[in-house]
Amino acid sequence: MKRSLPLAMLLALSLAPAARAANEADYKAAYAAAEAASKEAAGMRNQWTVTVSTLAAAKKAADGGDFDRAVAAAQEAEALAKASIFQATSEKDAWKAMEIR
Amino acid sequence: MKTRTSILLGSLSAALVALALTSPRVVAADKVDPVADAKAFQNFFFQKFPNVKHEDFVNGPYSMNEDMKRQWQEKEEFPPYEFALDAGKEMFATPFKNGKTYADCFPNGGIGIRQNYPYFDEREGKVVTLELALNRCREANGEAPYSYVKDEMASLTAYMAFTSRGKPMDIKIPDDPRALAAFENGKRYFYTRRGQMNFSCAGCHVQSPGERIRAETLAPALGILNAMPIYRSEWSGMGTTSRRFVTCNSQTRAVPLEPQADEYRDVEYFLSYVANGLPISGPGARP
Repeated sequence: MKRSLPLAMLLALSLAPAARAANEADYKAAYAAAEAASKEAAGMRNQWTVTVSTLAAAKKAADGGDFDRAVAAAQEAEALAKASIFQATSEKDAWKAMEIR
Repeated sequence: MKTRTSILLGSLSAALVALALTSPRVVAADKVDPVADAKAFQNFFFQKFPNVKHEDFVNGPYSMNEDMKRQWQEKEEFPPYEFALDAGKEMFATPFKNGKTYADCFPNGGIGIRQNYPYFDEREGKVVTLELALNRCREANGEAPYSYVKDEMASLTAYMAFTSRGKPMDIKIPDDPRALAAFENGKRYFYTRRGQMNFSCAGCHVQSPGERIRAETLAPALGILNAMPIYRSEWSGMGTTSRRFVTCNSQTRAVPLEPQADEYRDVEYFLSYVANGLPISGPGARP
């Protein structure tokens, strides 16, 4: 029993996908997805300042060769852009609930 | 069988009658009615703040807080917008290179007309604000337009507002579907949440006037533009209506629109119309 636990852990670790550092291709894919969502938000006249600054941070990290950070920032920017798209979509009708009548 | 048919027909007729009775209400609810909107808007504030004199709403946060009001009244003896006012008066009288002046572009020589802006231009089919009209005047006379957000534009509008002080806001909405659409669009913009903070204009200036947001006391939306342009201590300078909208957007972490974008023109139209009857108090001073 005592021996089986370390063996099980070793087995689990060997089967787990090895975490690898992000590369430029990962960054480019993440950035393209974020940029597309950001453009969609801007087209809806509902861009968020944080989306723009996070996209800029992703680019800056990539320019400095830190692709782990660049990918993380690009993914965050994409999430922010998608949240702003959701906001603009839901507010198309939701604003009426705020109206003074 | 006959009974069943008559019950069915009876139910159908009842449903049709019910539909006929409810349909006009649905149409009426969707109809743009600026008069009813303005009445409801003003009543909301009059009932929420029964102790505030109606004409006092145009003084923004000072109408909400007695201590602030006393400090402001003392400051008004040497108001911080005075330099802009003097500069605006001089600029207004100074001829362009072609010899014409701003007075040539406006009704009544531009004096005492602030309360009529913005207006709906039926030829253009859009709302025209005072700031826009001033820059169009400049361009029509061969001059470069000014920045919409500060300095010269604030000085010019400060002077024009001063010549209208005390006059009731008097915005017209012509019987033109485009004007009604502009009003409705402005209303939509006012109530729509935006930015990462998920705030609408109404979130602060309808739901929470008189409350604090960080160090600031929020102004009521009613009459909020009657005091424009304003000297803001926070800005260490003057700012126009355009600057106010741009700053509000930034504070909610929304990327501001370009000054004088259709949405800003329309929301100015909406806010000014619902303040009809309240006096012009600009230029103003705010913390």
